[in-house]
Amino acid sequence: MIKSEAVQGRVQIPLAAEGLSEERIAYLERLVRQARTAAGVFTQFTQEDVDRIVKPMVLAGLEQAQHLARLAVEETKLGVMEDKVLKNMVATEFAYNYIKDKRTVGIIREFPERNLVEMAEPIGVIFSLTPITNPTSTVLFKCIMAIKTRNAVIFSPHPNAWRCCSEAVKIMYEAAIKHGAPEGVFACLESHSLQDNDYLMKHKDVGLIDATGGTGAVKAAYSSGKPALGVGAGNTPVYLEKTADLNTAVVDIIISKTFDNGTICASEQTVVIDDEIYASVLKKFADLGAHICSEKETELLARSVIDPKTGFMQAMAVGQKASDIAGFAGLSVNPDTKLLIAPIQGVGREYPLSVEKLFPVLAVYRAKSVDEALKVCVDVNHAGGLGHTAVIFSRNDEAIRKFGEMMNAGRIIVNSPGSVGALGGVYNDLVPTFSFGCGTGGGNSTTDNTNIYHYLNIKRVARRTQAHMWFRVPNQIYFNMNAVENVRDLPSNCTIVVTNPALEKIGHVEIVRRYIPKQTHVHVLVIPDAEPEMKVVMQGVEALNFYKADQIIALGGGSVIDAAKIMKLKYESPEADLEELAAPFLDLRKRVVQYPTEKINRVRLVAISTTSGTGSEVTPFAVLTDKERGRKVTLADYSLTPDIAIVDPQFVMSMPKGLTADTGIDCLTHALEAAVSSYASAYTDCNAMQAIRMAFKYLPIAYENPRDEEARCMMHNAACIAAMAFSNASVGVNHALAHAFGARFGVAHGRANALMLPHVIPYNAAVPTKFVPSPYQQGHVAHKKYATIADLLALGGHTVEEKVKNLITAVEQLLDQLEFPRSIADLGIAKEDFERALPDLTQLAFDDPSGRSNPRMPLMSELTELFWKAYQGRGLVKMAKTSKQTA
Amino acid sequence: MAITVWLKIDEERIVQSLQESAETLDRTVGEAFLDFSFVRRLDATALAAMEEFASMADDKGVKVVLRGVKVSVYRVLKLVKMTSRFVFVS
Repeated sequence: MIKSEAVQGRVQIPLAAEGLSEERIAYLERLVRQARTAAGVFTQFTQEDVDRIVKPMVLAGLEQAQHLARLAVEETKLGVMEDKVLKNMVATEFAYNYIKDKRTVGIIREFPERNLVEMAEPIGVIFSLTPITNPTSTVLFKCIMAIKTRNAVIFSPHPNAWRCCSEAVKIMYEAAIKHGAPEGVFACLESHSLQDNDYLMKHKDVGLIDATGGTGAVKAAYSSGKPALGVGAGNTPVYLEKTADLNTAVVDIIISKTFDNGTICASEQTVVIDDEIYASVLKKFADLGAHICSEKETELLARSVIDPKTGFMQAMAVGQKASDIAGFAGLSVNPDTKLLIAPIQGVGREYPLSVEKLFPVLAVYRAKSVDEALKVCVDVNHAGGLGHTAVIFSRNDEAIRKFGEMMNAGRIIVNSPGSVGALGGVYNDLVPTFSFGCGTGGGNSTTDNTNIYHYLNIKRVARRTQAHMWFRVPNQIYFNMNAVENVRDLPSNCTIVVTNPALEKIGHVEIVRRYIPKQTHVHVLVIPDAEPEMKVVMQGVEALNFYKADQIIALGGGSVIDAAKIMKLKYESPEADLEELAAPFLDLRKRVVQYPTEKINRVRLVAISTTSGTGSEVTPFAVLTDKERGRKVTLADYSLTPDIAIVDPQFVMSMPKGLTADTGIDCLTHALEAAVSSYASAYTDCNAMQAIRMAFKYLPIAYENPRDEEARCMMHNAACIAAMAFSNASVGVNHALAHAFGARFGVAHGRANALMLPHVIPYNAAVPTKFVPSPYQQGHVAHKKYATIADLLALGGHTVEEKVKNLITAVEQLLDQLEFPRSIADLGIAKEDFERALPDLTQLAFDDPSGRSNPRMPLMSELTELFWKAYQGRGLVKMAKTSKQTA
Repeated sequence: MAITVWLKIDEERIVQSLQESAETLDRTVGEAFLDFSFVRRLDATALAAMEEFASMADDKGVKVVLRGVKVSVYRVLKLVKMTSRFVFVS
């Protein structure tokens, strides 16, 4: 025995050389080497080169069809010469008709709409086992497929079909070489032994085993550890349903089952016949030359053609004439008998003739009902025919559909002969083949009719696709002082104004009511000034239903507008399951849960913001508090975006200083994060940059002089513009940190953002430890975008690094101007308490969807570090650095 | 002293070119440079001749350097496992 050969970079495959002489091994090695060289040379051939070779091969096969058929019958003593001629012609002409215009070299298919191109890569050396039943046709077919795909083949024919197969290989080889194929492209083993097969199946230079034939060969191929196309036995059930055209059906079955004396494994084995037509079908069979066996004859037949020990067919019966088989069994039949028909009462070992019979013996079963018929077909299918072929004759589409569903078969042939039908191209549009894939049911790797595409490695060249992006905002946005007047132009029968107690008290509701057309019935729904709860939302929905409202005016900050968004959703689509709609998603367009599109009510949502921060009047987000479960439900979908936004600064003139600062920094953070987001686009950039410029200029003024109308107006607009940016580009890790920290320690959202911002900008500007996979972003650009922002703010600096530093300094100065604490510690949170909360904070921040659009993928350790930096504070960090430098 | 031989391989007559080159191997010390920049395709005969040339060079302790090998030709040499027999330069 020779030692295992190490294959670099692969699992070691032992060469099985037991029982092989050194000379034999040298011979086999020579064959492989020759095939490998041919395959190597073949890779240089163009499509035109290949096609120039294929056509004369096909013509040579057609010319020699009769010669090869005669040889096959003489040698194998199986089948019918005339049918074998037909098989050889199908294997060449029909195969050629299918492949002639197909591309198998270079680019074989293009999908421009998917930016995808498929390219062909030959397999190299194929080791092919061919059967005794269809010997020459299988060789002709495989040779043509191999040349079309630029592969070399070593054939190992069935030992009892060696001469005819080697002649077929020789004919194909000569035709191929004459027209330019590489030398050594085909070889046929000089003699046959299982050891040769085993050696070649495991040879490292054999790329694929294509085993057509008996179960043993197929099993050996699959057990070799090599990629294999194994195609094995069948047991074709046929359902002859009562609506079928019986004359055609009976003739088709006879054609198929007698074709080459039943040697095609797709041929009919058991015909299940509806009770109503059973007698007439049998009569038609008898009229056309079939012998209907009596019970006694059936028993005699079963004993002769089925091996009682294994339950499988006897080899001596394969491919023999019906009259000869009858003779073996001791039956007295007319010598011209085409077919022996044996009625059976069930499927399984007790009914021996219910198995595969590759000779003209057909079992028939009388079914009392459709259900019974289908069950028997399932039984036959499972008695050795899984994955192979099933046949139905019917005019009833529903019966055909049901049969198709019930059968596990790679080919379900309708109203045509099973054997010739399964070969493809004659009775239907199946791909012509001489190898039937039987799928996992048959222990095979495919259910296809094996063809050129199974002889190729198909490479897919996938170009980057330009992902579609979007910019979605409300249909109408009215802004500047007294923009609320536009409510006047909004027709409504019944409007519900949703607001909070404070706004009602200071007269804001009255201002809005003033502009609502007189004919409109107006109802005011005052909800608590807090993140909306489900209970509150459902009260609103009840009111909307009660008044049959057609318009909601949400007057308030983020909480009120969010509540109104969810009220609208539940009013229009009461079945909407908020819990389900809040399911996490990665890409808005591919999300699992879809928001309802069917609506039983229609209501217009007008959002009038009374703070200059969240921008909820234009965003597709809403947050709901689920008090019962102690958590927040975040909803995000463009269907939540208000229909109309009114950005009127008169409603923010009285905002206190603290709220001005908090909401203003929230606005700035929205814009800064949207600008560097991995979803940023030119459409969001222009909004983000403008909002940043406005916030830097007007926020300090609005903070110092709350009555400054211009500053208030500009900040109110800035918040809305920033929201348009982040509605479409999303936010980032700053928000993820702020959400977690704010919720845990009860710190206002804007304030929490402010504590993180000076640490997040340098974090995002640095080269990421881990990049975020994002088809929308072209390279690492966050630092450059920050530099652009610095330029926009005229902060100076020559390099990107300097500009980023200047931006951070400007942000810090702005925070100081707004009198924000410099650190979490400044809020009076003890270090121990913070440290204890840190693991949870990190976890929450990591889970926050905001982080997914950050330009840098936040690692858990980095989130913890950012939290620590925020705890220590910007002043301390700077001082620590400075002192270190001094030291 | 190294005596290097430079030879241009003609695509139309690769086998003959290699046979002629083989004759110079006796006079070569060190490296034999074969210019393959005009070879676009190899057939089985050419591959056999290259293998033979490489064996002869091995026997004489001469390194065979192939210059300007096109990638499609290089791929063939890779597939037939012959790249280790040569040194490739552009």
